[in-house]
Amino acid sequence: MAGLWVRTASLVAAGRRGRWPQQQQLILSAALRTLKHVPHYSRKHLMVSRNLGSVGYDPNEKTFDKILVANRGEIACRVIKTCKKMGIKTVAIHSDVDATSVHVKMADEAVCVGPAPTTKSYLNMDAIMEAIKKTRAQAVHPGYGFLSENKEFARCLDAEEAVRIAREIGYPVMIKASAGGGGKGMRIAWDDEETRDGFRLSSQEAASSFGDDRLLIEKFIDNPRHIEIQVLGDKHGNALWLNERECSIQRRNQKVVEEAPSIFLDAETRRAMGEQAVALAKAVKYSSAGTVEFLVDSKKNFYFLEMNTRLQVEHPVTECITGLDLVQEMIRVAKGYPLRHKQADISINGWAVECRVYAEDPYKSFGLPSIGRLSQYQEPLHLPGVRIDSGIQPGSDISIYYDPMISKLITYGSDRTEALKRMEDALDNYVIRGVTHNIALLREVIINSRFVKGDISTKFLSDVYPDGFKGHMLTKSEKNQLLAIASSLFVAFQLRAQHFQEHSRVPVIKPDIANWELSIKLHDKVHTVVASNSGSTFSCLSREAGGSMNIQFLGTVYKMHILTKLAAELNKFMLEKVAEDTSSVLYSPMPGVVVAVSVKPGDMVAEGQEICVIEAMKMQNSMTAGKTGTVKSVHCRAGDTVGEGDLLVELE
Amino acid sequence: AAALRVAAAGARLSVLASGLRAAVRSLCSQLTSVDERIENKRRTALLGGGQRRIDAQHKRGKLTARERISLLLDPGSFVESDMFVEHRCADFGMAADKNKFPGDSVVTGWGRINGRLVYVFSQIQAFTISPRLVSNSWTQAIHLPWPLKVLGLQDFTVFGGSLSGAHAQKICKIMDQAVTVGAPVIGLNDSGGARIQEGVESLAGYADIFLRNVTASGVIPQISLIMGPCAGGAVYSPALTDFTFMVKDTSYLFITGPDVVKSVTNEDVTQEELGGAKTHTTMSGVAHRAFENDVDALCNLRDFFDYLPLSSQDPAPVRECHDPSDRLVPELDTVVPLESTKAYDMVDIIHSVVDEREFFEIMPTYAKNIVVGFARMNGRTVGIVGNQPKVASGCLDINSSVKGARFVRFCDAFNIPLITFVDVPGFLPGTAQEYGGIIRHGAKLLYAFAEATVPKVTVITRKAYGGAYDVMSSKHLCGDTNYAWPTAEIAVMGAKGAVEIIFKGHENVEAAQAEYIEKFANPFPAAVRGFVDDIIQPSSTRARICCDLDVLASKKVQRPWRKHANIPL
Repeated sequence: MAGLWVRTASLVAAGRRGRWPQQQQLILSAALRTLKHVPHYSRKHLMVSRNLGSVGYDPNEKTFDKILVANRGEIACRVIKTCKKMGIKTVAIHSDVDATSVHVKMADEAVCVGPAPTTKSYLNMDAIMEAIKKTRAQAVHPGYGFLSENKEFARCLDAEEAVRIAREIGYPVMIKASAGGGGKGMRIAWDDEETRDGFRLSSQEAASSFGDDRLLIEKFIDNPRHIEIQVLGDKHGNALWLNERECSIQRRNQKVVEEAPSIFLDAETRRAMGEQAVALAKAVKYSSAGTVEFLVDSKKNFYFLEMNTRLQVEHPVTECITGLDLVQEMIRVAKGYPLRHKQADISINGWAVECRVYAEDPYKSFGLPSIGRLSQYQEPLHLPGVRIDSGIQPGSDISIYYDPMISKLITYGSDRTEALKRMEDALDNYVIRGVTHNIALLREVIINSRFVKGDISTKFLSDVYPDGFKGHMLTKSEKNQLLAIASSLFVAFQLRAQHFQEHSRVPVIKPDIANWELSIKLHDKVHTVVASNSGSTFSCLSREAGGSMNIQFLGTVYKMHILTKLAAELNKFMLEKVAEDTSSVLYSPMPGVVVAVSVKPGDMVAEGQEICVIEAMKMQNSMTAGKTGTVKSVHCRAGDTVGEGDLLVELE
Repeated sequence: AAALRVAAAGARLSVLASGLRAAVRSLCSQLTSVDERIENKRRTALLGGGQRRIDAQHKRGKLTARERISLLLDPGSFVESDMFVEHRCADFGMAADKNKFPGDSVVTGWGRINGRLVYVFSQIQAFTISPRLVSNSWTQAIHLPWPLKVLGLQDFTVFGGSLSGAHAQKICKIMDQAVTVGAPVIGLNDSGGARIQEGVESLAGYADIFLRNVTASGVIPQISLIMGPCAGGAVYSPALTDFTFMVKDTSYLFITGPDVVKSVTNEDVTQEELGGAKTHTTMSGVAHRAFENDVDALCNLRDFFDYLPLSSQDPAPVRECHDPSDRLVPELDTVVPLESTKAYDMVDIIHSVVDEREFFEIMPTYAKNIVVGFARMNGRTVGIVGNQPKVASGCLDINSSVKGARFVRFCDAFNIPLITFVDVPGFLPGTAQEYGGIIRHGAKLLYAFAEATVPKVTVITRKAYGGAYDVMSSKHLCGDTNYAWPTAEIAVMGAKGAVEIIFKGHENVEAAQAEYIEKFANPFPAAVRGFVDDIIQPSSTRARICCDLDVLASKKVQRPWRKHANIPL
């Protein structure tokens, strides 16, 4: 029985700026209860992040001796870094498969809390409590996700009740996991049918991701901007607002690119939002770092969305522009120290942008998860104004068990233009091999003219790429540049092949070629080229002797086929190979676990009918039939683990 | 008119008067006609079977013999020999000029690949009859009298590519020279098989080539690229060479074609199933690799050639290297999974260790539980052998032993250092393997490693169990440098199996197992005995191997004289 936390209210009644919705009281008490009902150890919970020039650490200000970080990946590393800076010992918890991961290495101690699935490890309360006792940690930092969110309040409903509630609110509605965040278990429904489907899929996802299948249904506002205010409170009744973050670039309701400040807000709106956020924090006596989320419409009306009583993924942009280390402040506050800053001390210095670098294929619905081993990994930390929060290293596995985020790439500049330019350079210099990643999409977003102008909404991606993301569209001069790059690489490889260092018995006579006449096939068009070089950054990802070359240029990977002019002329005679007809076979588009198979051999299926459901990276993906026909054979069962490209079902 | 005639007669008389001048003039006119004949022959030879046949060849997605050579060799480096050779057959109207063909359906000569000398022959396949008939012809050429009317002798290119005495003689000539000079031979095979019209002379031609293949074996590298149908006797020359590559969809290798198979064994099989690139690179192991088409194959062949020394007198080639030899590879520190039952990809390790991740894999789709191929370390060609835990746990079986053995012997013959990555749980048990002769075949790999005198560096990444540990270039087989990663387990067998034997009937099996793991499932037992030279951090593997190879470059081993060794074939 799926649970449902009813919050019909939050957006429906939101009025002009400054007017709290009627259900505000409900939310406030919820937030309050968040604090009261979280198991006792989380009272002390704190938050952290590394800083770009933050306020220093005062060694005389004693906080804790040892903190247990109840999370994994980049956020665990992030928290541990600040703890180290503050002289606090750290305890990492980890699952079996994470035993050698970076957060475990960074921490002073590590405790294994169970096998890979999150419900058995990072959400395993008993094991974590045991770890706290065993290591005598004085405080727990939950990071975000997993334990960081409260799930003590909710009531249970079923799908039909969900439909009833959705009708009451009025479509469209958003169905989301009460325990969740980050777009997991979140779906938009426009009618009863979609509500039922969404309810089913979301509750399953919620159960597997958060160990809690309870859901929220709320009004879905069309075309809004998502802007949130960072707040920080202490136990002495003080609270600050640390400016806003613009998080409108999202896919599947999960943020992709964030920045601070927002190009959209004026000082007046900012102050109004900030003051209300602080009022809320004070009203619930909130004493930590928290985030008050708003939706802002085109007329700068803002609507309260919810308050997140935890550190947000995108907190680094706030740290960059305010100079505060939020994790450090959380630890101080948790220990009972008053805030060190006054509201007047908080200013906006420069501009910061964050891109979430994911192990995802952006060409498939803006990002289908991919898994694999990072055979090569190099962060562009040598560039100025770059901060990277990551929890991985070369050789790390991106597994099906956890979020496919590789890192958070943050760039900082004196203004937005500089920050964005630095982001461009950083993305070009980021080396990630072994898994598919979304750098092509990130780079396209930050150079998109609408984004540069600040004309964005939460529907940005689907508006700009209505037919899906197709990679960077080359201009004529960029195309020439790319052809030149390919040519110079080709020539370099050829020339090097002649550099034998042996003192040869049979003399080596190097062919004397003055002009390299080449023929390059790009996007099915053939270009005749004479080589040259250029100054832009590119990487040659692969090269085969047969002439195929993959070059990453302006973020996008281009497949090219380069041959000498002679070889290209002869290549005309080569026959086209017939591609396999894939409409009658269904392959797994990504690695994952088969949750359900809805057909058996002999069944008739209609085109578009659901054949099976695959869960990968905690997302459930419905696989549908490519054509109408009879099922010939089924090659998977519920519970099977499948890899990308594995045959699932064959049709006649 | 009369005056003119007189003048002419006078002129003639005056010419005749001088015997010397007449002789000169006659010689001149003869020279002119020889020039013309040379020109004509050359033109005919260069045109191969004529424009119509060239077009037909192109239409099938294939290149002509000369086009292939032009792609394979450095531009302008090809020097042709024997362009004027013609066949000597007079039967069946073959003596007629229209059935004479300068070059006699094979182009031979030498040239350069990236500046280095190579001898080449490229057969001209320009059939205009259907491939089905062609395939038929091979089998019949060997077993049955050939029905001439089917051949259609009117079309002289029908015998193009088929092997005549003269054709064989041309190939033998360049092979002989390649051996004396010490340079590799590359054959681009697209042969019509024996030339039926010539009868036994054609068969003798095959044997002449076979003999040279064998004589040159281990002296110079020999490479065959099968670019068309190749059946009957024609298949054995490629089989004797060091490497056989194929072109997908256009090349076939079989002893007898589908029709004979049908008539003898009643099996229905297509050419592709019987002897296509897929068959030979995945099932039979006859071919070492297949490429997409002619252009892809020839470009890859150039790439492959760069790894090889010119002959057994030459050291492994060293090429300019831009990948630092002391580069640390941090990703290797986590590549071996914690659970010893979990698989990982040995090719990942190979890619990270070698120069610029460039690895030319040999037989990538056959006996995949062992990985072999060429790469470079600090610019120097090395042969890599690795167990592949991803496939059948990386165990050794019949096919993988034979695959590994042949590769190891090639490297040893041509001074290419061997780097072996070991993660082997043992030999594959079972009746299929025993009946198939795993003892005999496994011995080949053991023999090859023991016999090899080139520098041998071994890295044990995880399991090295039982006899398979000995086989995989162990210290005991004169491995020069043997390393173990901290994850290495060198033991007679896995803990579970061992404990079941040692503690049969005992109660506390789990404790015994733990004890066994503690004692043996780590690199120490081997390290304290000096069976591994060092336990190294995986990330330092590349730096260590590069360093060792520099030191071992001057390694020399003397073996007692013998006629030749007797590998268990």
